[in-house]
Amino acid sequence: MSDFASRGQRFVALCMLGLLLFNYPILALFNVPGTVFGVPVLYAYIFVVWAVLIALMAFVAESDR
Amino acid sequence: MLHSTAIVFTSFAYLGLLFAIAYYADKRADAGRSIIASPYIYSLSLAVYATAWTFYGSVGRAASDGVGFLPIYIGPTLMIALWWVVMRKILRISKQNRITSLADFIASRYGKSALLGGLVTVIAVIGILPYISLQLKAVSNSFTILVHYPEILMPTRVGEAPIREDTALWVAMILAAFTIVFGTRHLDAAEHHQGMVAAIAFESLVKLVAFLAVGAFVTFGIYDGFGDLFARAAAVPKLHAMMSPLEGVAGGYASWVWLTILSMMAIMFLPRQFQVAVIENVDEKHLNKAIWLFPVYMLAINVFVLPIAFGGLLRFPDGSVDADTFVLTLPMVEKHEWLALLVFIGGLSAATGMVIVETIALSTMVCNDLLMPVLLRLRSLRLNERRDLTRLLLGIRRSAIVLILLLGYLYFKLAGEAYALVSIGLISFAAVAQFAPSVLGGIFWKGGARLGALSGLTAGFAVWSYTLLLPALARSGWLPTHLLEQGPLGIELLRPLQLFGLSGLDQITHAMIWSMIANIGAYVAVSLSVSQSADEHRQASLFVDVFKQTGEVGGARFWRGTASVPDLYSLLARFLGVAAADAAFAEYASAKMLRWPDDPLVADAELVHYVEVQLAGAIGAASARVMVASVVKEEALTIGEVREILDEASQVVVYSHKLEQKSRELEAATAELREANDRLTELDRLKDDFISTVTHELRTPLTSIRAFTEILLDDPEVEVEQRKKFLGIITKEAERLTRLINQVLDLAKIESGKADWVESDVDMKEVISDTLAAMDQLLKEKDIDIQARLPEQVSVVTADLDRMIQVMLNLLSNAVKFCDSTNGWVEIALAERDGCLRIDVRDNGRGISPEDHEAIFSKFHQVGDTLIDKPHGSGLGLHISRQIVEHYGGRMWVESSLGSGARFSFTLPTGARA
Repeated sequence: MSDFASRGQRFVALCMLGLLLFNYPILALFNVPGTVFGVPVLYAYIFVVWAVLIALMAFVAESDR
Repeated sequence: MLHSTAIVFTSFAYLGLLFAIAYYADKRADAGRSIIASPYIYSLSLAVYATAWTFYGSVGRAASDGVGFLPIYIGPTLMIALWWVVMRKILRISKQNRITSLADFIASRYGKSALLGGLVTVIAVIGILPYISLQLKAVSNSFTILVHYPEILMPTRVGEAPIREDTALWVAMILAAFTIVFGTRHLDAAEHHQGMVAAIAFESLVKLVAFLAVGAFVTFGIYDGFGDLFARAAAVPKLHAMMSPLEGVAGGYASWVWLTILSMMAIMFLPRQFQVAVIENVDEKHLNKAIWLFPVYMLAINVFVLPIAFGGLLRFPDGSVDADTFVLTLPMVEKHEWLALLVFIGGLSAATGMVIVETIALSTMVCNDLLMPVLLRLRSLRLNERRDLTRLLLGIRRSAIVLILLLGYLYFKLAGEAYALVSIGLISFAAVAQFAPSVLGGIFWKGGARLGALSGLTAGFAVWSYTLLLPALARSGWLPTHLLEQGPLGIELLRPLQLFGLSGLDQITHAMIWSMIANIGAYVAVSLSVSQSADEHRQASLFVDVFKQTGEVGGARFWRGTASVPDLYSLLARFLGVAAADAAFAEYASAKMLRWPDDPLVADAELVHYVEVQLAGAIGAASARVMVASVVKEEALTIGEVREILDEASQVVVYSHKLEQKSRELEAATAELREANDRLTELDRLKDDFISTVTHELRTPLTSIRAFTEILLDDPEVEVEQRKKFLGIITKEAERLTRLINQVLDLAKIESGKADWVESDVDMKEVISDTLAAMDQLLKEKDIDIQARLPEQVSVVTADLDRMIQVMLNLLSNAVKFCDSTNGWVEIALAERDGCLRIDVRDNGRGISPEDHEAIFSKFHQVGDTLIDKPHGSGLGLHISRQIVEHYGGRMWVESSLGSGARFSFTLPTGARA
């Protein structure tokens, strides 16, 4: 498998992962009262997942392989 | 104390800085040292996505439904993950086809349909106008609020300002000037606006810094960090529900999902996003960084949205302050006037960035895809014949920019107050999302047809107009509101906000569901039921298979001019010849079930392309490329210009052909020279060999003559008997020397072709008899038995009699010389067969080993060891004999083996000499 093809597939997989994590029902699991370090659970969840997703995208985009 | 003069002055200073940056970048670009050729600038320019709507509106939406604003930024993040697959492809296609806008892209994909390009332009302009007016509204409102510092006054309560003090109008005019200066400075073949991009990247930085500053101020200045802020908000019962806001909201998750999808489309198909991401892209590799840098930007600008929203809600609990203005009013109410000013500048940068890029993109579309196709079709304007359309094009674009901004201003004046910021932006998003099926289908599905795209866009746009635009107009008071409540003609099923009874969804989700069903449904269904034209078919595979193509794309050409069949024909005939041109046209016609030249052909793009391909086959694709480049500058090429281009190219081709020919000739000459040189070297070597051999052969007899004469000279006492013997040897050696010299001269003559050949009819029987007679004495001395078997009668040969005798003498004397010394015999045979005489001379000597059979015929070859045996001859006799025989077209060879004698044979053709 060529580098380009495999990188493309990794990106598609990341997009799928994002769609899954930012969607019902996973999202509903975090739609609960309570806080993490003082931040409401839902807000914390969204921003953390978002940041991790971007980090993974950066890794795939910048990796030489 | 902030004075309005200070605000105006700061604003102007900021806009002046923008002009300076754009001017500097343009100058650098002209000097060939682009400052925008960087993935960081590219990523920042993509952040034009964050407009005043983000800057002010996100907080507004967050204040009403918590995380509801986030899909607008999460969607693009997810879409960008697909950019490696989708955007890379769009970039490649756009660069190969010199795409100038989104409308151009769609039109180009579906067989360069001007109708489709026009439709896309109309949808884009109608869909985006509210969005532009939204930016003007944001600037105007923020200015109004800031001017009343330290009071917190909502613009709606301020009342109409006189037109002279209308900020929105002033901003619109300044932006029009900026866009005209840096967006239509000149016509660029690649539609790059480097100055504009640099300014946009700078604006992206400014708005990010401003927003982060106010966010940090609210979170850490007014409150004690995130935890404190959220804890205080949670303590307020009204706000507590917003901590898990997706719960219990009707259609909450559906809204979230559709907003995500909508934003995924928007990041691709907003005209300004397409402009910065595709048209202004200078290097495909910039994607690698932008893929994560731009999402980081979006994440960063959203981190403080919720804190500001909650901060605002806590600070203004009575709802007297519009949540859309919290970003500005929070610093104001805390008396941080400079921070407020920075926020105002940040909002200004967000608004102006969007307006500038959007108007450039729209004006390009209006000019290239709406007006120019119509103008070029109007034969009365004779545009095709004008060589330079640049001024006209720039004029159209500048007018379009002014017009779009004026319309945006008018919309703001007339309808802008009906909606919150977020709603207006989403209506625009929903409009551009209609492009998604045609574009995405177009780059991955070859079956997508022009009629399908037209139907899909029309259907989607119609539903959008009915479910979003119509209600907007009704709420602005331009249409009766009972249309919304009871449906047209009182048909409840057709109520625009609950179409076919679909209710319980928010307006955008509702519109998206119906418009996408209509759009995708019509696109797919119509595409599957119509057949594509050849032009569509070619463009489809050009787009879908863009990564499979290498090098120059043959079909990538834009032809917006008109041509005539005779012109094309004569063009082809000029380069291919009349016969080939006829054949080519006949082939083209027969593919269309027509007959050339009886049936009329249409000089459409297909024929032009066909002729172009034919020409390219003869003179190369270079001229095709030149045409493409010229047409991108929107000059309708006339056939005359095409000819000029082709003439130049063909001259180059002719020169190159000539050069090739010359070089081939040179090569041939070189080869000949080398061959001649080799031959000369060989001859030189042969000559050297010959001279050294001759010298050696001459020295042997001379040495013995000299030795014996010296003996006789030195010793007078030598006995007579002895003396006689010595003199005999001397005489014999002298004879041998003479013979050798004669033979060398003879050979030289024969080899140089200067020998005199006295030809007559020669009877070989007589030659043999004469030779035997001449040798009679010798034979008797040696006591050798001679047998001659000669037929009664043989044909004569035409030859030199003396030479023939020379050959016979040579063979016979050799035979006598080498035959058995005691019981020797020699046999001569003459026979005639197949037009040839054959003479054999056979002896019973010691024979010749097979490896010497050829060598004995070469010069100076002596059988046996010359160092031991006394040489028996000159070594030239056989060589000369063979030369003579071959001169008369015969052959000479020997058959022998050691110890069993030898038979020398030669043939001579009878009759005429060969």
